[in-house]
Amino acid sequence: MLGVGGIVAAILAVLLIGLLLAQTEDEFTWGAYGQQIASGLSQGAIFASLALALVLIYRATDILNFAQGEMATFTTYIAWSLMNHMPYWPAFALTLGIAFVFGAAVERTIIRPVEHRPEIVVVIVTIGLLIALNGLTGWLWGAEVKPFDSPFSLRAIDIGGVTVTVQDIGVFCVCLVTVALLWAFFRFTTLGLTMRAVANSQDASRLLGVRVGWMLALGWGLAAVLGAVAGMMAAPTLFLDPNLMLVVLIYSFAAAVLGGIDSPLGAVVGGLLLGVIINLLGTYVDFIGGELRLPSALAVLLIVLLIRPQGLFGHRVVRRV
Amino acid sequence: MSRHGWTAAKVLGVAAFAVFVALLPRIFDARLGPESAEFRTGQFTLVAIWFAALLGLNILTGYSGQISLGHGAFVGLGAYVAAILSLGRPGLELYMLDPPSWLPIGDGMRPVFTIPLAALVTGLIGLLFGFPALRLGGVSLALATLAVAVSFPIIMKRFETVTGGGGGINLNLPETPFGWDISTRHWLYYEAWVTAGVLLLIGWLLTRGRVGRAWRALRDGEVAAISSGVNPALYKTLAFGVSSAFAGAAGALLAIEVAYVNPDTFPVSLSILLLASAVIGGLGSLVGALFGALLYVFLPIYSEKPPIFSFDFADQAPSVVFGVVLIVIMVLLPGGIAGLVKRLSALVRGGWAARRTSQPGA
Repeated sequence: MLGVGGIVAAILAVLLIGLLLAQTEDEFTWGAYGQQIASGLSQGAIFASLALALVLIYRATDILNFAQGEMATFTTYIAWSLMNHMPYWPAFALTLGIAFVFGAAVERTIIRPVEHRPEIVVVIVTIGLLIALNGLTGWLWGAEVKPFDSPFSLRAIDIGGVTVTVQDIGVFCVCLVTVALLWAFFRFTTLGLTMRAVANSQDASRLLGVRVGWMLALGWGLAAVLGAVAGMMAAPTLFLDPNLMLVVLIYSFAAAVLGGIDSPLGAVVGGLLLGVIINLLGTYVDFIGGELRLPSALAVLLIVLLIRPQGLFGHRVVRRV
Repeated sequence: MSRHGWTAAKVLGVAAFAVFVALLPRIFDARLGPESAEFRTGQFTLVAIWFAALLGLNILTGYSGQISLGHGAFVGLGAYVAAILSLGRPGLELYMLDPPSWLPIGDGMRPVFTIPLAALVTGLIGLLFGFPALRLGGVSLALATLAVAVSFPIIMKRFETVTGGGGGINLNLPETPFGWDISTRHWLYYEAWVTAGVLLLIGWLLTRGRVGRAWRALRDGEVAAISSGVNPALYKTLAFGVSSAFAGAAGALLAIEVAYVNPDTFPVSLSILLLASAVIGGLGSLVGALFGALLYVFLPIYSEKPPIFSFDFADQAPSVVFGVVLIVIMVLLPGGIAGLVKRLSALVRGGWAARRTSQPGA
């Protein structure tokens, strides 16, 4: 694990390289530079939420849930249906509740039977879930793109020379408040502590009388809630279609790997950092432009996997015989 | 039956299947109208193409135990190589494309010759990708290959001076070469099945001997395999190279068959569905690849308009069916369809064996 100095150095390096790249532009302004960082943070907050969902499940069960994005899309469609009947925030809250039950149910019914099978089996099951949910979403709601309401206006405000939209600030805040609430849950409640114990050692927790199965289901439920938040925050700008979160999922994988796949803090920092990185690269490197943002995020993923598989905050895995 | 008896039965089965495949277009011609015969022959050409691709994926995932979510990208790469080589520089320039002058793409060639070349190029690129993939086990490899699958269409769109960008490349319409006296439809059919047959033979030779044993050992227990003297780097990279080469050949066949390549033919969902088909067909079984290919071609058709029910499902139904079947197979039948067939045949064999041994004692 990197020390605090290392993390700060990594963040500064990203900002500095971005600044150097920005100098190649004909008309460099600090305002434009700041604006790219701000919108990078806003997108990064969405990646961070979904990446945190992935990490939560990975820590508890060693499963990388390839269906996390599709679960998020599915719940976002439920939110869309609810919003036709009620105002935004009640629908938002109700969706989170539905997402929680849905996530827990998925763990109980689909993941549980293969929990102790080889990794390849579990990966394939989550891919099966991805395919089925993607198809189901298209089947129930149709494949055409739908507009999705945002609770925030698109009005731009000026903060120290940097123009930021209320939308960007709102998305950033909602995602980070969710993350903070989750952190408080794991830090200050008995239930949260129990779940951390299960993530640490299932056998020891079971011996102490913890109902491990239910704790895992709870973890999947919370992950689905995070996914639903990410989905509802992403939908207004990306528009709602059955493949909405597939792209976000891939960014989130990259973010989780960058931060360290077993580190919740890493997922959040990795998400924000990745959002900023791809925004700066996309804006200031002509070769990448708007089109190669996703491949460049994937290049980040590959580089991290090859050079530092444990990411910024993760733990090195020692293989046992 | 003795062990040799079963090998003989297998050889007979393969021979019977080969004869069936060879006669199938004639059966269609004799029993169906000209149009639907052509249509059916086309469908079974596609079965051969995806059979070839799934053989490669099965070698990688089923035998050497490495998950690939990027097989569709390698198929796409093969298709692009075949398209570009068959048109050559003059052909591409005719479409107002401007390939960089250092790219050795020749002046165009017969489509059938592009098949081995596409396999070679894709196989080499697969080998190159195999090196970093070595360091990534299981989930990380799945992620890295997913990255390849997602990037492939985007990259093809970006380098439009060679690939034609989003519009893709039209190939010359296929025709029977060498002045042979069969229809183009039949030529494409036999071309695809002969290629698939050659790949099946290669796959069988590789998996039955030393290499296959090393792959299975790595799959079932990497540390134990290494301590028994299996070189993991060599064999894992080899599996990647072979599987990509198979994908490349399949891609070339596909490009020739549809006479068109386009980035959107190879989306990430292609790779995901290929993995699903390989798993449902049966991992670790070459026959499983054939079941997988039949499924890949026919399941979407029949789940959209199921023969038993009278109502139409939406076009999303196939993915729901695919996904659910995939989960059910993994939970209940890890060997896939091929595993089920094997189990049933073992049951029958076991019955015979039991009867034989019980007779002398009785």
